[in-house]
Amino acid sequence: MPVETWLTFILGFMILGSIIALEIRDILSSIVAIGVVGLGVSVAFLFLQAPDLAIVQFLFEIFALIILVRAFVKKDYHIETPARVNGFIVAISLLVLIAVFVSSVSVFKLLPPFGQPLFETSRHYVTHGTQETGAVNLVTAIILDYRAYDTLGEVTVLFTAILGTITILRIRKGKDAGRKGT
Amino acid sequence: MTLYLMCFALFLVGVYGLLTKRDLIKLILSIAIMGYSVNLLLILFAYKKDAVFPILLKGTVQGTMVDPLPQALVLTSIVIELGTTALLVALAIRLVQKFKTFDITKIRRLFG
Amino acid sequence: MNNPKQGMTLIVKTVTRVTVWLIVLYGIYLILHGHLTPGGGFGGGVILALAFLNIMLAYGRETTQKWLNIKFLEDIEAVSATLFLFMGLLGIALGGHFLINFLPKGSPHSLLSAGNIPILNVLIGVKVAMSLFLVVWVLAGLHEEEGGQS
Repeated sequence: MPVETWLTFILGFMILGSIIALEIRDILSSIVAIGVVGLGVSVAFLFLQAPDLAIVQFLFEIFALIILVRAFVKKDYHIETPARVNGFIVAISLLVLIAVFVSSVSVFKLLPPFGQPLFETSRHYVTHGTQETGAVNLVTAIILDYRAYDTLGEVTVLFTAILGTITILRIRKGKDAGRKGT
Repeated sequence: MTLYLMCFALFLVGVYGLLTKRDLIKLILSIAIMGYSVNLLLILFAYKKDAVFPILLKGTVQGTMVDPLPQALVLTSIVIELGTTALLVALAIRLVQKFKTFDITKIRRLFG
Repeated sequence: MNNPKQGMTLIVKTVTRVTVWLIVLYGIYLILHGHLTPGGGFGGGVILALAFLNIMLAYGRETTQKWLNIKFLEDIEAVSATLFLFMGLLGIALGGHFLINFLPKGSPHSLLSAGNIPILNVLIGVKVAMSLFLVVWVLAGLHEEEGGQS
């Protein structure tokens, strides 16, 4: 079967999984459904010939699941209350989103067809990458030699986000407010 | 082109969740869905028909390769999505401890 | 049920004591071969964080706190992010632009090749591993403070 058929199947499965994740009421089931959507993205990366990305997406997905389950799934937590779902807002949003989707079809017709990328900037990276940097893996050569400044920015953003997380979760309210706990 | 449209439909499912849900956890999951769809769309732009992954193997002749530049950008994006999710989870935990409810329509008072 | 302060049963502790080093070995392999095979600093860093998480789950939070020095891990995380910046400034000091690749590039397909790419991979891997482990450590401490079970 050609690649496009597989990808259509995986994308349909992912749309179904995400709708289930949003509509189901039990917390643990919706978190597991999001995990399945993330795994579907990883398999799609494998079909699109990107093994580096498949590894990284799979591992970071698992970590996001660990953090979500550890934080929110307890014995005495509630199930989402179904009270008074505002039907008016749901109907208006559905209409607006379907209108956006229908009007974007003409925009997507202008893009190059699937399977024929433009390849203007990367032609230099593909032909001269190995002799200029010495690395055989071209994706690593791009993120750590040609575009290392972007990687520095990403390390900074990850550092700041994790620093904020640790600071928020570490303050003890009440009595031991002054003690720095670990 | 059907693939691009289906990816955009996945993004719109995430926007729908962000607009209509009232539970804090569902909002975090909607942001994650939007992140997955955008990453997948960028890699769909970079696929070349009948090409191989962008790593040179020892002893073989280099064939045509897929575009490696969007793969490098999406690698950065996946890592940043995890940092965002972790920070949102920390904020949600503190909100629930303070207000004792998950419903965002009941969290209205500013503290102080 | 299992008390989260004391970790898991004896079987889990014994098996962890043997197999966690295999996980660490796999993480180090992915980081060091980042320029030859898919993987790189990010994938290897997450696997190292999962090895630490394995120790913390099997032995409980109190025993792990006596084993590892958490202050030291926080310092390692901050230092490795700063060393990345210094590698770039070192490129300016040696006469090129910021973050130039100044070490010798050996022959392709060998481990010691590609300039300063392996060093940057190691720094990124260490930083990602320490960050992710500290987030889960703080989450576990939060639950103990509330007195709930996991």
